[in-house]
Amino acid sequence: MMDVGRHPNINLYTFSEVEEVSGYIGNFNVKVRKKARFVDETDCNACGECEKVCPVIVADEFQQGFSSRKAIYMPFPQAVPSVYILNNEDCLGHNPIACGKCAEVCEKDCIDFDMKDEIIEVNVGAVIVATGMDVYDPTEMDEYGYTKHENVITSMEFERLISAGGPTEGHFFRPTDREVPKKIAFIQCVGSRSHSATGNPYCSNICCMNTIKDSLLINDHYPDTEISVFYIDIRAFGKGFENLYVRSKKAGVRYIRGLPGEIFEDPKTKNLTLIVEDTVTNTVKDYNFDMVVLSVGVIPRRDSDVVQKLLTLSRTEDGFFMESHPKLKPVDAPTGGVFFAGCVEYPKDVKDSVTQASAAVARAEVLLNSDTISIEAITSECFTELCTSCGICTNVCPFNAIVGADAKLGTPAEVIEALCKGCGTCAAECNFNALSMKHFEDAQITTMIDAMLDENPMEKVTVFACNWCSYAGADLAGLSRLQYPTSQRIIRTMCSGRVDSDFVLHAFEKGAPIVLVSGCHFVDCHYIDANRWTQKRVEKLWDKLERLGIRPERLQLEWISAAEGQRWAKTMTEIDEMRKNVTEEEVKHTIKVLKEDREKAEAKRAKKQNKRITSKTDNPGAEISVPA
Amino acid sequence: MSENELRVGVFVCECGSNIAGSLDCEAVSEYAKTLPNVVCSVVNKYTCAEPGQQEIKKHIKEHNLNRVVVASCSPRMHELTFRNCVEEAGLNPYLLEMANIREHCSWVHLNDWDGATIKAKDIVKTSVARARLLEEQTESKVPMTKEVLVIGGGVAGIQSALDLADAGYKVNLVEKEASVGGLMATLDKTYPTMDCSI
Repeated sequence: MMDVGRHPNINLYTFSEVEEVSGYIGNFNVKVRKKARFVDETDCNACGECEKVCPVIVADEFQQGFSSRKAIYMPFPQAVPSVYILNNEDCLGHNPIACGKCAEVCEKDCIDFDMKDEIIEVNVGAVIVATGMDVYDPTEMDEYGYTKHENVITSMEFERLISAGGPTEGHFFRPTDREVPKKIAFIQCVGSRSHSATGNPYCSNICCMNTIKDSLLINDHYPDTEISVFYIDIRAFGKGFENLYVRSKKAGVRYIRGLPGEIFEDPKTKNLTLIVEDTVTNTVKDYNFDMVVLSVGVIPRRDSDVVQKLLTLSRTEDGFFMESHPKLKPVDAPTGGVFFAGCVEYPKDVKDSVTQASAAVARAEVLLNSDTISIEAITSECFTELCTSCGICTNVCPFNAIVGADAKLGTPAEVIEALCKGCGTCAAECNFNALSMKHFEDAQITTMIDAMLDENPMEKVTVFACNWCSYAGADLAGLSRLQYPTSQRIIRTMCSGRVDSDFVLHAFEKGAPIVLVSGCHFVDCHYIDANRWTQKRVEKLWDKLERLGIRPERLQLEWISAAEGQRWAKTMTEIDEMRKNVTEEEVKHTIKVLKEDREKAEAKRAKKQNKRITSKTDNPGAEISVPA
Repeated sequence: MSENELRVGVFVCECGSNIAGSLDCEAVSEYAKTLPNVVCSVVNKYTCAEPGQQEIKKHIKEHNLNRVVVASCSPRMHELTFRNCVEEAGLNPYLLEMANIREHCSWVHLNDWDGATIKAKDIVKTSVARARLLEEQTESKVPMTKEVLVIGGGVAGIQSALDLADAGYKVNLVEKEASVGGLMATLDKTYPTMDCSI
């Protein structure tokens, strides 16, 4: 900790928040808000005179509220930087008549009630997100009576009570009578591995080992204390973990498989009774304790959405940030030049956090070590002469890579290539063909449809599959030698978001009996949420097909992941059955109505375009930007 | 031969018996020769192996190919291999197209020789159609700013900042609270070594 404060290569901004990030990999512009701490950081020598005279007493957050602090205080003794901070909300001093005592005694004149927030701008090439996690609040679990029964505490509170630097200087006692507990219970999986309304379904990873550690700490301090641990499973899977578990059992810690259904408090003694079903012996028993520690789980930071928006990140179902690839790019964020370290990605202990931090650094250094970096060649481009400045592309782009389209100013869209990841959603959504996706252009895809359907179209199922999930799922089906009918013909796009409505309609007009659009499940989308646009588009197409008297079932939409080879094979078999039910008359009718509909739309578009060109010539001023 | 004339080469891979065991590779290759702009089509035992790649390079030179279709495995497997191969022969790597006749054909139709052969022909035909419209692409370069932002001053942020700073990079470490340390600083001891957290 000390080292970060004095390293010549580190600019440390504490009590600061990142407020804005613009730019892209290699070239991020960052605005940092350095909040006013009302104490001059460079001059304060932490003499503590200010604290002595401060009349305000509030609960100390660092000590979990077990002790108090002043309005001007040191966050904790080893704080870096070793500088006082004045809590604006607690302080009376903003009216010097009311107080101002601290400023009077500060010999170095460090205290400035008028200090303002400062905005600092930095340019960086890479970003490491290490925003950590929050701890589960068990108040909502009525059965454990946390906050109702005073002798039920959390594992975080336990840490402060056992710590030599804590409010009791390491003399552990229970809150109600300041007596050392003779019988103490730990309850595992509080807020974790829960499928009820309270808590989270995932395993928090660190609580089993933390409890084992805590049991040994008590045993060390007070060998006579009886310790029981109530658990579902003990997960002691890391290096040295099993040893510690065995050590704790040898020290006499009792491990009971089963979680309490309820905790009752004796109103007189404040002792606690736990009713537990022991799942080894299948018996329900009462257990009495002086004190209970809830081994609370880890949750994503409650302010995760702030960082998510700043860096266009995505989150997995459990709320933690999603990595670029769960196995092969576990520390890379989907946004180029951004990396994860620590619990922001998933709950992990100190060692794993440190390991991941060094891994994130190594990944960042791959970029930092070169003077220039290559940018993906498969990006979209805008043909400005066709652009109507409608801004749909800007709206759908998951990476905010398209800027400049302004209908009022008449300025066309512009693609920032370094930000573009190549999903092609913009090209699919643009109604004026102004946006084109390099290497997956309209013509390159329609020619594939033509080639595959110009002979025996009735025997074929046209499939659009995204590169990362569905196409990979089809690969896995092959690798697993799963057998399915030969009717399927696949067109690969990078993302299902690239599948233009026109591709689907073109396939039907070419005589396709059935078309399948397939992509990643929503949480897996390689392009954050581009496949949400796929869904919207397919829903619109279903409406259109129905309106034109075409059975919407002939257009199928499936989310198939890279791990779902079996599902791919099953889907192919089912869709082939659907294909067999499509009649030639039906297809003929489809071709006819789609052709008519297309010609009508083309005529309308041509008319509209002519009008636009004429109005521009009639009114030359329209192209000049509006004065500011 | 005009400068813009499309000249497509098709390379059908047997992949040992992985492809040749379930469909007629020779027939697919012969069929490819009938497709527009295809000037050569050959069958290889293992196209990804060195001799297979040499064959592609040789034909690019001999036939002055400007589009290459490799009918073999999934592009997720070997697209990069063949892109590098055609680039070494002087072609832009984006002028390569892969026809997946293994994962999407021979392996999933093990017992339907005729059906798989027809499908493989179709896949090659579709890939040739696409190859004809492929264009050269270039990967652009942007400069790299040699400075880093670390958001969060807990144990992970501290470790990241120190590693980067020790490696000689300028680091901006931003912490929301008044001190670095994060959640770790509130712990008494840490497992499995039972040592102090700070």
